[in-house]
Amino acid sequence: MENIRNQTKIFFLRILNIPFAFLMHAIDLIMWPIQKIIGVRNMPYIFLLPNLIFFGLFVIIPLGANFFFSLSSGDDLLFAERELPTTKQYDQLFDCESYLNPNTCTEDFFWRGVYNTIFFVVFQVGLMIFFSVLTAVILNKKIIGRGFFRSVFFFPVLLSPVVVGLIWQWILLKNGAFNAIIESYGGDKVSFLTDPSWAMASVIFVSIWAHMGFYTLIVLAGLQAIPPNLYEAAEMDGTSRERIFFRITLPLLMPNLLVVFILASIKGVQTFDEIYVLTGGGPGTSTSLIVQYIFTTGFASSGSVQNFGLAAAASMVLGVVLLFLTLMQLYFSRNKESKHQEI
Amino acid sequence: MPETTSRIIKIATKKRYKNKYHWTDYFSYFYLFLGVLLMFGPVVWLGLSSLKTLAGIQEYPPTILPLSQIQVDVEGYDKPLPIFNVTQEDGSVKQLAQIKRIGINAKMVDPLNPGETVKVPIDKREKIREFKIQWQNYVDPLRKYDFLLYFKNSTFITVVATIITLIINSMAAYALSIYEFRGKNFALVFVIGTLLIPLTIILVPVFYVVANFGMINSLWGVILPGAATPTGVFLLRQYMLTLPRELIEAARMDHASEWAIYWRVVLPLSIPAIAVLAIFSIMWRWNDFLWPLIVLSKSEVYTLQIGLNAFHGELTSQWNYVLSMTMVTLLPIAIIFAYLQKFITTGIASTGMK
Repeated sequence: MENIRNQTKIFFLRILNIPFAFLMHAIDLIMWPIQKIIGVRNMPYIFLLPNLIFFGLFVIIPLGANFFFSLSSGDDLLFAERELPTTKQYDQLFDCESYLNPNTCTEDFFWRGVYNTIFFVVFQVGLMIFFSVLTAVILNKKIIGRGFFRSVFFFPVLLSPVVVGLIWQWILLKNGAFNAIIESYGGDKVSFLTDPSWAMASVIFVSIWAHMGFYTLIVLAGLQAIPPNLYEAAEMDGTSRERIFFRITLPLLMPNLLVVFILASIKGVQTFDEIYVLTGGGPGTSTSLIVQYIFTTGFASSGSVQNFGLAAAASMVLGVVLLFLTLMQLYFSRNKESKHQEI
Repeated sequence: MPETTSRIIKIATKKRYKNKYHWTDYFSYFYLFLGVLLMFGPVVWLGLSSLKTLAGIQEYPPTILPLSQIQVDVEGYDKPLPIFNVTQEDGSVKQLAQIKRIGINAKMVDPLNPGETVKVPIDKREKIREFKIQWQNYVDPLRKYDFLLYFKNSTFITVVATIITLIINSMAAYALSIYEFRGKNFALVFVIGTLLIPLTIILVPVFYVVANFGMINSLWGVILPGAATPTGVFLLRQYMLTLPRELIEAARMDHASEWAIYWRVVLPLSIPAIAVLAIFSIMWRWNDFLWPLIVLSKSEVYTLQIGLNAFHGELTSQWNYVLSMTMVTLLPIAIIFAYLQKFITTGIASTGMK
């Protein structure tokens, strides 16, 4: 039986291989003469070329163009139609009487986005890491049905933001399942998504629900890397479980958690999709984050003015924050590796 | 003497942790039980509800299974009326159809005697239900609306983009792992550098580039910008570095061209890493939202994700269709996950990417 299954598998792989081999032979007809002309030593450039063209076109050139857009004014995307140089956009973004009060800013929408993002990231990342560690520690124990529980906690990671947004929008409706549960326990109905004081909490909850599994998995990998003989030694000494957790597990997990923390912040600052589907940034601006501002300012399709320059300037500000976070991540993950080598 | 022996045996067999439940064990199972409800519950609930009638979905408080109220045609009324079990004053139970509800009373009619209407207090009636699966929810949107087209677009983008990503990323990884050449370090730094620049901070200019190529409202405008992925290059390069160099030398001895070495020797040996990247790419592309939202504004090029979002925006009250199409959107990924779960989780744990 096993044999037959393997043979069918190989058979199908062979069939799948036919168009692939055909394509590869066809490319070889071009590559062979090229190799003859430029020599084997120069072939790696040919192999690198397609990837570098893509990077250049869609990352490097846009990065330069972003500087250009943010420093030039005009309603057109054409380079020739834009006026250079101007700091108009940055002036407009940072034109505030008091940076602590978004109402005094010309671009109050941007500053609200900034403060919402800070609030969102602090709570989303903090709570998510807390629950990820809790879940990972529990899933690392010898429990019945561990594999099943692991996949249950991981599953939402694979869902698309639209699916996540729609499922939760529907469950959190005023006449939705969540309110039915609350009412059956004697509570009052809550407008989770339309009440400004609840909307942010709901959005944070859904975002944690959707992404927690990913971080749980990484923390779990960190837990499994802790040498088991430490636990055995502690058990021999009769150390209590609480003490084992705080004196062995947590300290050894710390370098891992730091990287997870920064990784989650990098993703958190860029959150857009789920919130866009869930609340659209509303009610009012109570759940609109920075990327929502960039999207609305640059690409609002609902007839309002598209201001590419302003959107580009705002993304430069976001870029600086992300660059800082990424450099921190590189620094700490390098530190982590060197520490591991010492052990 | 026997007493000391038994004590020794007791001490020798005593286990500190085994067979003794700590409070953390109880807590763990409680937490996991709650977790399953919270994590998996919504998706199960979505699946069950997508089989309900629209009235069943809007019912509050909701029923768990797709039980819908039985409706009957009554002479003299245009619409089918829902029927109830009504407790009469003498204690007997009678089946009546409800015409409409007025405050705490309901105006009802006996289906067998449509001429006469009665007023019934609403707490005296009880819904009669039947188990009924509404396959219409799945058939209608695929027929009436363009969901088949969206499905096709999504599939096209996912397949083509994954193939392009695999080919060009493995080519770059091959160059960066097998060869020594001038500018190799520069190329490596260049690739790392692109890791630092997520799409969210270059939205406007990438849109500009795509617009210049005339790829707005074209599926290629979605496929091409994300085709070269730094994470993909790195994943493959790390794997290819472990391949034995003797194989490549041997192939060169046999006068294989460099391209032939790439696809006949290195690619087949790197299949585990390529498979991981393929699964990631499929997931990224199928679930992609922000970039398609910007590039695609005509409904004939919508992907499933964009189409679903737009559909929900237009027809907020049609939750039956929205729920069924949400199911259709999540099913392919769920099936892939069910088959390759172990593969995906080890892939993520070892690369730290998503």
